[in-house]
Amino acid sequence: MSQGRVWKYGDDVNTDVIYAGKYTYQQLPPEEMAKHAFEDLDPEFARNVKPGDVVVAGKNFGCGSSREQAAACLRSAGVRAVVAKSFSRIYFRNAINLGLAVLQSEDAPDALKTGDPVEVDFAGGRILSGGRVFHFFPLPASVLGIVEAGGLIEYTKKRLADKSRG
Amino acid sequence: MGRTFSEKVLSRKAGRPLRAGEVATVSPDFYLSHDNSSAIIGEFKKLGLSRVAARDKVVIVLDHIVPAADERYAANHKTIREFIAAQGIRHFYDIQNGVCHQVFSEASFALPGTVIMGSDSHTTTYGAFGAFSAGIGRTEMASIWATDEIWLRVPETLRVEFSGTFPPGVSAKDVILKVIGDHGADRANYEAVEFAGPSARHFSLASRMVLCNMAAEMGAKNGYFEPDEKTFAWLKARAKNDFTVVTSDPGAAYEAVLSYDISTIEPQVACPHTVDNVKPVTAVAGTKIHQALIGTCTNGRLEDMEVAARILKGRNIHPGVRTLILPASREVYLDALKAGLIEIFVDAGCVILNPGCGPCLGAHEGILAPGEVVVSTSNRNFKGRMGSATSEIFLASPATVAASALEGRITDPRTFL
Repeated sequence: MSQGRVWKYGDDVNTDVIYAGKYTYQQLPPEEMAKHAFEDLDPEFARNVKPGDVVVAGKNFGCGSSREQAAACLRSAGVRAVVAKSFSRIYFRNAINLGLAVLQSEDAPDALKTGDPVEVDFAGGRILSGGRVFHFFPLPASVLGIVEAGGLIEYTKKRLADKSRG
Repeated sequence: MGRTFSEKVLSRKAGRPLRAGEVATVSPDFYLSHDNSSAIIGEFKKLGLSRVAARDKVVIVLDHIVPAADERYAANHKTIREFIAAQGIRHFYDIQNGVCHQVFSEASFALPGTVIMGSDSHTTTYGAFGAFSAGIGRTEMASIWATDEIWLRVPETLRVEFSGTFPPGVSAKDVILKVIGDHGADRANYEAVEFAGPSARHFSLASRMVLCNMAAEMGAKNGYFEPDEKTFAWLKARAKNDFTVVTSDPGAAYEAVLSYDISTIEPQVACPHTVDNVKPVTAVAGTKIHQALIGTCTNGRLEDMEVAARILKGRNIHPGVRTLILPASREVYLDALKAGLIEIFVDAGCVILNPGCGPCLGAHEGILAPGEVVVSTSNRNFKGRMGSATSEIFLASPATVAASALEGRITDPRTFL
């Protein structure tokens, strides 16, 4: 488990502040997308985020647009997981489809602060921070197959291959 | 026990009885995408297929940055046009047509009892016609193009019942802002929202589209109005395919039922920077504005243009305000032109934009400078959405925006009635 730091935000973090509309239709490469992550919310994020860091937020994370780059830009920035009290449904699906871990937790969001050390124990369903232990809800069975395949594209490839084998 | 609309329509599609919470794989009737089709094409190509599975279900409307604002957007559009030609996709609407949700509705792809997936969050709009329609992302759309299938969790349903009649100066936008303000931007997360009650029939189709469009701002998966004589009148002239009306059973199980007496609702404004930060217009009247936007997929239909024109007719826009008119589609634009509304707008000092998404998503055609304030009929007021991170967006009805454009400040439209 690699240790990272917490980036803490509030409720209703929307897709426009995660990844602005003006970049959405420009087809930027992943490393460019990472540079614009949270641009209008926290300019420090893109400058200082490190692989293994974890974004922690309140309820309704990712509300707003269906733009997938709002998940892709965090993955490109090396974010290990987003931990929130709840996620908007399109964001949740997009993140799963792209292989960005989205973890729903009741207790971690209130307790964790920006800069706290954090690591995620995926197998154990735990979030660890400086001796404190928090829990996240396991992913629904319906999406586990997608996660296990490494995202929707790989999952769909597998399904298409299974189908053609009949 | 009875079933909700969403339970019934997905049961029909899946071929087995489903309840809320269950997951089913279904084949949608149509799938919509827009300028993000080039990203979908990129994902689709990774799948190694030469053909989309059901090309006649693919509907593509170029609307987000039209005409292309720079070379990058132009290249994006070119990729899409080439793919459409190569795949033989018939349902393609190029830049002259308008916002995807309006174009899709006018072309009558949105039919009662159908399942529609769109790679745009406001795909919820087609619930206005009794369809089950939800937004998805690009990778998900690429997978649908490849397989003609998607897995869906059957949503629980929140029912919102309306009684009473619209007071003067109050419209559908005020009603939905009131509901969102009272209950929050995540009240209906993962849920269906069914708009019902004795006054549901008072909502025009255009107004039903406003509510279903903004159900997305409550987090909803889909919105729904039960089809009635208004729906059938709209479809009569347009529907090209047969359809089966699906309605909620009496005694269906709802997550909750909210009740609103429309007669008591005042004009509402969503204040920066969240859609649920809603106040009566009287609480924010006097706020200075720099720009006014009337239109978009939320409020860019003929009835919206008519309301705005009634207020603007024979008057002049405040000299400190840029007022942008953004018809939702070419059809709306033509109707407004024939009705003399465009002349009223131009006379008053408005700028007429081409039908499309315009400045709503902050990519072109009216971007805000630092510190500027816009009052807009669109559906989102997130920080920085229409330009500078220090600009502010207030959301309101066409009547409120038109009145505010005349005064240079947020203004109660009832003063112009």
